[in-house]
Amino acid sequence: MNRFEVITPADLASASRLLAQDGHVAFAGGVDVLDLSKQNVESPTALVNLKGLKELGGIEVRPSGELRLGAMAKLSEVAEHPAIRARFTAIAEAAGEVATPQIRNLGTVGGNILQRPRCWYFRNPDVNCLKKGGDTCYAISGLNRYHAILGGGPAFIVHPSNLAPALIAMRASATIVGPAGERTVELEKFFTLPTVDPKRENSLKSGEIVTEVIVPASPSSVRSHYLEAREKQSFDWPLVSVAIALDRAPGANTVRDARVVMGAVAPVPWRSPEAEAALKGGPLDESRARAAAEAALKDARPMSDNAYKVVIAKVIVRRAIMSVAGLEAA
Amino acid sequence: MNRDDRKPRKPPGISRRSFIKGAGVVAAAAGLVRVRPAAADEKTLPAGVVEKLGPEATTIELNINGKPATLEIEPRVTLLSALREHLGLTGTKLVCDRGACGACTVHLDGKPVTSCMVLAIDARGRQITTIEGLGTPSNMHPVQAAFVETDALQCGFCTPGMVMSVAAALERNPAATTDEIKHATAGNICRCGTYPDVFAAAFRAVKPGPAGSARSVRAAKDA
Repeated sequence: MNRFEVITPADLASASRLLAQDGHVAFAGGVDVLDLSKQNVESPTALVNLKGLKELGGIEVRPSGELRLGAMAKLSEVAEHPAIRARFTAIAEAAGEVATPQIRNLGTVGGNILQRPRCWYFRNPDVNCLKKGGDTCYAISGLNRYHAILGGGPAFIVHPSNLAPALIAMRASATIVGPAGERTVELEKFFTLPTVDPKRENSLKSGEIVTEVIVPASPSSVRSHYLEAREKQSFDWPLVSVAIALDRAPGANTVRDARVVMGAVAPVPWRSPEAEAALKGGPLDESRARAAAEAALKDARPMSDNAYKVVIAKVIVRRAIMSVAGLEAA
Repeated sequence: MNRDDRKPRKPPGISRRSFIKGAGVVAAAAGLVRVRPAAADEKTLPAGVVEKLGPEATTIELNINGKPATLEIEPRVTLLSALREHLGLTGTKLVCDRGACGACTVHLDGKPVTSCMVLAIDARGRQITTIEGLGTPSNMHPVQAAFVETDALQCGFCTPGMVMSVAAALERNPAATTDEIKHATAGNICRCGTYPDVFAAAFRAVKPGPAGSARSVRAAKDA
């Protein structure tokens, strides 16, 4: 790890100004910054310390029912928050599946959605891959069992955030403050495919800071669930994850509205309008859940070593739908 | 048999552990050359900046195991390095250095964190508890005692981290359930595979609780 300064700004505007300088990176929970720096993938000259900026803190369920997650809110606090567990279940579940208890006590909401991909070529300092300005995505001809099955190309990373699919399923937006002032962007549109810029995973500009994530009030008829499959039970990166939000009229078994967002399958959290349409077509039962899972993976294009992820994704999507709908597998 | 008879070959005053610790202190002392007085920082702070540290070493104070400690470190130094190499608290172990194994687990304000993924400067103003602060050989924490009683270790390298994770779980819920214990130690890897013994030690330290707690489940199994 190279030597760096740690600069604590007095306020958000100063933080933004500092972050616009070359070699300056945001320092929140610090987990991914330290990981990338120790690995010599990044060599920051200064960390801009965001701790202490009041605009970035806190978790609040507002009287309107809207949820506000400060970007610096710890993942463990999100996972354990009673109101989030009750009314934004998928978000609490997703936060609770991130890494380990120790990391969840350090990692933040902002850091989780902004972390860089876990691709072993990207994380290897000796490999100058497409994401680091090189001309090749080595996953194409190399080892790709954890890589994209949807939306890949020209880079084939998968987006690493557990939290993002759950937030998108619950229609969250990010508040972003930067040199040009404040903007709000739907999280679904915040993440960008490698076709836009293979070096980036989102549309955050130089000097911009995600200050909070806002999740709109969720009707009491909405049920949500986050489910992931992984190789190791204790803790691991997901092979595939999915967040489902279902809205059914009280007492009815037809789906008024559905959101299906998969993680670890594509370079961005992957929303599936096809699966959502399949869920809305009639009474919700196991065969409809199965049809939705098939629809979600209809366009999958597995690489040489990851066709298994298509199979797992179908199972995970179906199980998550069955679980959130309160259905038992036949 | 007295103490001297028990360890006849040990040279007086030096052990492998104390030699390595001593080498670390020498290395830390070498780092002092680059220290810049903290007072100089305050005069030259640019507008909109409340603190600027490094890249040179700077003087910080940490509260470790209830006692203040002053040290000279560069801002890039992790809490783990500060503990082991600057303060000689080698009970906290360095293994993966990426937050993935749990060997370096300490408590920050009572919550378990991987100290390799925390900068020492970020631990200022917080209560840091290491395995040395949890208990001593003559006055062990109940979790440490339970690990000894159940022989819950083989090579022992993961043990301080395991103990810190279990102790934190029992601090949250003294009558923790089996699932809570497993969940709390999910971030601690033991390559000897002593997990069953670790859980057994945790059960031993769990206070008898309502139905469903690890202790009562264990008691029911044993009965």
